[in-house]
Amino acid sequence: MIFEYAPAPESRSVVTLRETYELFVDGAFTPAEGGEYLTTLNPADETKLAQVAVAGPADVDRAVAAARRAHETVWSRMPAAERGKYLFRIARIIQERSRELAVLESMDNGKPIKETRDVDLPLVAAHFFYYAGWADKLAHAGLGPDPRPLGVAAQVIPWNFPLLMLAWKIAPALATGNTVVLKPAETTPLTALAFAEICQEADLPPGVVNILTGAGETGRALVEHPGTDKVAFTGSTDVGRQIARSVAGTDKRLTLELGGKGANIVYDDAAIDQAVEGIVSGIFFNQGHVCCAGSRLLVQESIAEELMPLLKARISRLRLGDPLDKNTDIGAINSAAQLERIRELTDTGEAEGAERWSPACDLPQSGYWFAPTVLTGVSQAHRVAREEIFGPVLSVLTFRTPEEAVAKANNTPYGLSAGVWTEKGSRMLWTAERLRAGVIWSNTFNKLDPTSPFGGYKESGYGREGGRHGLEAYLG
Amino acid sequence: MPVPHTAFAPEATTNRALRAFLHGLPGVDEVGARARAQDLSTRSVKTTAKAQAIDLAISMVDLTTLEGADTPGKVRALCAKAAHPDPTDRTVPRVGAVCVYSDMVATAVDALRGTGVGVASVATAFPSGRAPMEAKLADTRRAVADGAGEIDMVIDRGAFLSGDYLKVFEEITAVKEACGTAHLKVILETGELVTYDNVRRASHLAIRAGGDFVKTSTGKVSPAATLPVTLVMLEAVRDHHAATGRHVGVKPAGGIRTTKDAIRNLVLVNEVAGPDWLTPDLFRIGASSLLNDLLMQRTRLSTGTYPSPDYYTLD
Repeated sequence: MIFEYAPAPESRSVVTLRETYELFVDGAFTPAEGGEYLTTLNPADETKLAQVAVAGPADVDRAVAAARRAHETVWSRMPAAERGKYLFRIARIIQERSRELAVLESMDNGKPIKETRDVDLPLVAAHFFYYAGWADKLAHAGLGPDPRPLGVAAQVIPWNFPLLMLAWKIAPALATGNTVVLKPAETTPLTALAFAEICQEADLPPGVVNILTGAGETGRALVEHPGTDKVAFTGSTDVGRQIARSVAGTDKRLTLELGGKGANIVYDDAAIDQAVEGIVSGIFFNQGHVCCAGSRLLVQESIAEELMPLLKARISRLRLGDPLDKNTDIGAINSAAQLERIRELTDTGEAEGAERWSPACDLPQSGYWFAPTVLTGVSQAHRVAREEIFGPVLSVLTFRTPEEAVAKANNTPYGLSAGVWTEKGSRMLWTAERLRAGVIWSNTFNKLDPTSPFGGYKESGYGREGGRHGLEAYLG
Repeated sequence: MPVPHTAFAPEATTNRALRAFLHGLPGVDEVGARARAQDLSTRSVKTTAKAQAIDLAISMVDLTTLEGADTPGKVRALCAKAAHPDPTDRTVPRVGAVCVYSDMVATAVDALRGTGVGVASVATAFPSGRAPMEAKLADTRRAVADGAGEIDMVIDRGAFLSGDYLKVFEEITAVKEACGTAHLKVILETGELVTYDNVRRASHLAIRAGGDFVKTSTGKVSPAATLPVTLVMLEAVRDHHAATGRHVGVKPAGGIRTTKDAIRNLVLVNEVAGPDWLTPDLFRIGASSLLNDLLMQRTRLSTGTYPSPDYYTLD
């Protein structure tokens, strides 16, 4: 019998889109001086959602000046408990508006509503609640008796978790008494602009949070602006390198959270059904648009034959389609450019000798879509084992011994995340101790929490976000 | 030369071989199993899918009365309900079976003659299973002789927990033999086995011993049928089918009271074992109060309004 779930779309009516969004500077929405706009699309059907102002150098000047003024006159002088109150208020408004924000995020990003509703938005609110609690307890953070804010933070965030990355950047910055100028990604600016409205609703003093929309040039102008004290960036390793160069020689502090090529190590004694779940969520969560994705599956050769059919059967049950349908597991790829990159790299994998498999899967006619894909027979020398694909593509490698697993897992320029699956505690600890990765998940994957520090080794960046460690990046 | 897989051969069944097989099964990560069940329980089943699911669920109900106070009158009333769950609406499917104690089988068979509803009997000193083997077999034979087409036996949980897997295995094979052509459902009483590792092992043991169904609970122990337990059992029958080609059914029983619970179970069946199992031949739900909730939701879906519970017969 075929049990077909009827369409269960989440209503769009909770979202009111404006035709045009301006820059959020000094507490008000103001046009960009250049008068230029970019269009943000719904990647699921390529319809236009809104046009958004493009900030130029003059706008960056204005925003940085407003942030400086707010820092010096209001935010750094305010009793810390008062700062905390603003953050608690913002967290509560986010919770109240979470359904609207989840729908808006799915529309602008293409990720399934199931994820924005159950993962992104709860984590966004949790992040603000968590750092709100820290605001008046900074003397107990282990960073000296009276740690001081840095000043103005320039923050540039990616498109894969638009509102969550905003929360990771803004919540600790504000809690520690800094003010911010934040640039959301070119393709996903809408939830950041909704957040600007929330700042107004919370009566946050003008200039404490400034949101500048735009593309790469706007980001460059912001991180190179001499008037900031701190740069925080999450995105690609290439851009991270450019930023590190431009910040070198200045007295700005820098944190970078860059790419990854996470290894997901499955030992022969793993709880196999849960390992399959972990492999699937490791690479197909958020269409694989996750810097800490478990994009390299390292499976012990002795169970590969048993595991692969289970994994493929599980992947065949993933439901790809309308991101707003509550039963969708895999949504749209965020942009045409990203889709092209995924296609190109996956084709390369095939050309280099990997075997390519995807389940039977109807892709929608319009929009940007890529079927979940598994590449088997991948070796360390293949590009798909070394380069970040940032899409729903899993590279499968095998290993024979724990030593080989660790050596292969670490044999990457990145070092952001790793997962280990074994029922044997001693092997878990032995492996985790030797992995060079900022986050190591034990019998789980892609679990995030505001109390837990997150960041990378090697070319995955430096500095930590989240937890007590996340405060350090914003205190001097 | 390939080494024969002796552990599968009944003549080679020893406690040592069973132990090696069961303890060699992959473990179940408790947190992961719960998370998967929770994730699947967020599936949104609405409109046409909900209508389909409700009728399917009704046809899978083993309408149950297992009380010390059961009387022929009570059993006859339950049978009438099973054959025509909603007397005012003949489009409602009949339930899968009526489930009673063995001494009530004759009454149920008589009441259900010609309706197509099966009669299932609990047996083997249900619910505790603490009785001499002769008594368990006599219980089974009596129910089969009186016309029960399905026997719901309980395993000896004490033997299982003490590691005497052979005793559990032999009891199941003996009861299976006593069943003749009747289908055998093996109740694991997962609330007493406690861990998911035990649930997986007991499922494979029951399947290997010849059970046609594995069933979660007697309904007399809490917790009864939880979603993660049903998930682990569905994985066991899925894996057994992949290895041998034989389909074994699953029956969660106890604690499934609402349409939402029932639909969550069907989603689990659909996405874990697969659509093959979406039939009363391979999936049953042991319940009593569930049926009226399914009927109310069915009416709600077709008319748009909730009827008063008074419109539904108590039994």
